[in-house]
Formats: sequence, structure tokens, C-alpha cells
Amino acid sequence: MILRIRDDGDQSAFVLLFEHFAPRVKGFLMKSGADAATAEECAQDVMTTLWRKAHLFDPSRASAATWIYTIARNRRIDLLRRDRRPEPEDLTWGPEEEPRPEDVAVLKQETDLLHQALSDLPEAQADLIRRAYFGELSHGEIAAETGLPLGTIKSRIRLALDRLRHAMK
Amino acid sequence: MTTMKPDIKHHVPDDLLMAYSAGALPEAYSLAIATHLSLCDTCRAAAESYDAVGGAVLEDAPEGAATMSMDSLAQTLARLKASEPREAVRPARPRSIFPGPLADYVGTSLDDIRWRPIGMGAKQMVIRTSPTASARLLYIPSGVGVPDHTHGGKELTVILDGAYSDETGRYGPGDIAYGDDELHHAPIAEDGGPCICLAVTDAPLRFKTIIPRLLQPFLGI
Repeated sequence: MILRIRDDGDQSAFVLLFEHFAPRVKGFLMKSGADAATAEECAQDVMTTLWRKAHLFDPSRASAATWIYTIARNRRIDLLRRDRRPEPEDLTWGPEEEPRPEDVAVLKQETDLLHQALSDLPEAQADLIRRAYFGELSHGEIAAETGLPLGTIKSRIRLALDRLRHAMK
Repeated sequence: MTTMKPDIKHHVPDDLLMAYSAGALPEAYSLAIATHLSLCDTCRAAAESYDAVGGAVLEDAPEGAATMSMDSLAQTLARLKASEPREAVRPARPRSIFPGPLADYVGTSLDDIRWRPIGMGAKQMVIRTSPTASARLLYIPSGVGVPDHTHGGKELTVILDGAYSDETGRYGPGDIAYGDDELHHAPIAEDGGPCICLAVTDAPLRFKTIIPRLLQPFLGI
């Protein structure tokens, strides 16, 4: 979908993404402490940012949900006047190079598996993860032992980064 | 800076990567992590896998937990028309020992850093961040040791140039060192050039010997 926006400026693809994600982003921001009206407006901002930054989306490294999460997280940090969050240097495919379709397909599978694993976790554990991502835990309270199988998705992303570095040479 | 990647041996602990992904870190810590991620694809991939957990949490929100108002889509579509279709890619920066996120704070040129002497030929520059943690650039000449100190909190150090060693190992360009309350250490810069690093703490360093402790208020380290 995001690729249709990126390549064709396809507004109907945007509408589908909006209908799926805008309410989720709004809910995410409300869980993080925003009131309904502010969360609604910021959800619109997040979706507008997605449109404007579609050319930076790399489907071999992130799903649409992951990418939208990062935009929503950054919006939340601005909104709640939390500490600024410096970002690593951008790493993006140039106009001549593209990620390999098989890498995109495998990353999608891994993302679906991660999503499934999250729903299979015992409720207390899943709740702790949700609270960390809703911004309810301090960095001292966050334990990296999520119980989620992150090893495979991590190595797929690493592989995508290696290919990207190679293409940039 | 997409060319040679340094040979990185010391990485960011997972709990800090997850906290970075969740947006829970003080600015100074995020700066150290973003600086290391710019140099280390292993940690960048790990950080992005924690972002994927955030994506799964977002996706997992029950349908209908929050609903958008009726005219929200129409308003957003109107904003798309008004906005530029794509945001420009940031222009490439000049090559520098300071990766992009750090260059946003200190510039790209080592010559432009306004160092303040802290004794023994060592120098520092405090970087302005939010007060919840503090960040500074350190310049330690070859063979000089930072006085033996303990940490009231967590210390993160990213090596930008040169190298140092302490009881826990050798740290070279791109490596990130992590010290907590228990660590007492006396890092010494290697021969062959000064060690330049970004050091971040959430509490002032405490030195074990009396003289540096007396000097501490003046040095601001």
C-alpha cells in the first residue's frame, strides 16, 4: 500500500491505510496520555507524514505497522514535550536500487509471526510490553526479555541492511 | 557516511535498545544510542526489531477502541493536497568523525569544538540536552587516564576516534561502553592519538581519589 503511495501517489491506497491505522494511532496516543481531540488531530498528522515520507519507506526492513508506529512514537514525543529523541543517520535506497522482492516477502512473514507470538504470550507479559510501548514505563523499568522470538526478524533486517550498504557503495 | 564501517566489538544492551524504541530515554542517552546506531548495523537491526514489536502492539489494538470522527478522512485528504507530496531527502553531510545525530549538536568539524581543559591535557565540551541526563565530548590525550571513578547511575560512552582500555576491555571507534553503579574503572587512552568520545551519564561521575573529588565542582564532570 505504502509502495502504491510512493510510486503513484495513489490516494485510494492512502484511504485504505487511513481507515485501518488512523483509529489505532489515535488509540495509541490516547493510551499515552493525550485527550481525544488532540489524539485525533495528531493521528491526522501521522497519516499526513506517512504520505509525505512514503519515498523513505523500506519494506525489506519494516512493515507498514512498524513504520507508522515509529512516526506515531515521534509525534507522541513532540506532543507530550518529552525528551527529544535523536535518530540515527538515514539509510535509504537510492532511485536506481530497490530492495529484493523476496526480502520484502520474508520480512512480511516474520512480522506476521511476531504479531502472532505477541497474541500468544501470557496476558501479564503482553501487558508489560504494551505498557512499555505506550510510554508508561521508565527506562529503568523496561526489561528487554520480552519472551518474543526477535532473533529471526533481527537477522532479516540485518541482511537487508547489508544489501543496502552494498548497493550504496 | 556510507563507506568503511569500523570493526565494532561492544554493543548497546538490549534493555536500552528497547527503551530507545519505546521512546523512554532521556535525550542525552538517545543521542549516544543514535550515534552508535549510525555506525553499527548490528545494533541498528536490533533497534529496528524492537520497533517491529511497537508495530505489533499498534496493529494489535482492538478494532473500535478509538474511532476517528466522520470528517477526519476528508480533512486529511485536504491536507495532503495542500502539502508537498514528498519531503526532501536530507542532503549528505561532509565526512566527519561525528555521525549525523551528533553533528546536529556539535557540527561536523573537530576544529570548531570549543574545548575546556579538565587537567592532564584532557578536555571536554558539555553538550546541551534536557537536564534528565548529561552529555559531553571528551578529548583524552594518548597515555592519559580518566581518574578512577564510580558511577551514581548509568554511563554510556561512544568512541569516535582513537581508543581506550580499562578493566573491562579495549574500546575502539564505534564501540559503545556501558557502565552501571557497580563499575569502578580507570580508562586509559591508547598510544597513537587522542581518544575522542561522547560520554553520557544520568548522574555526575564520582571519583575515588580525594583530589579529583574536590575538583569535580569546577570541572563539571
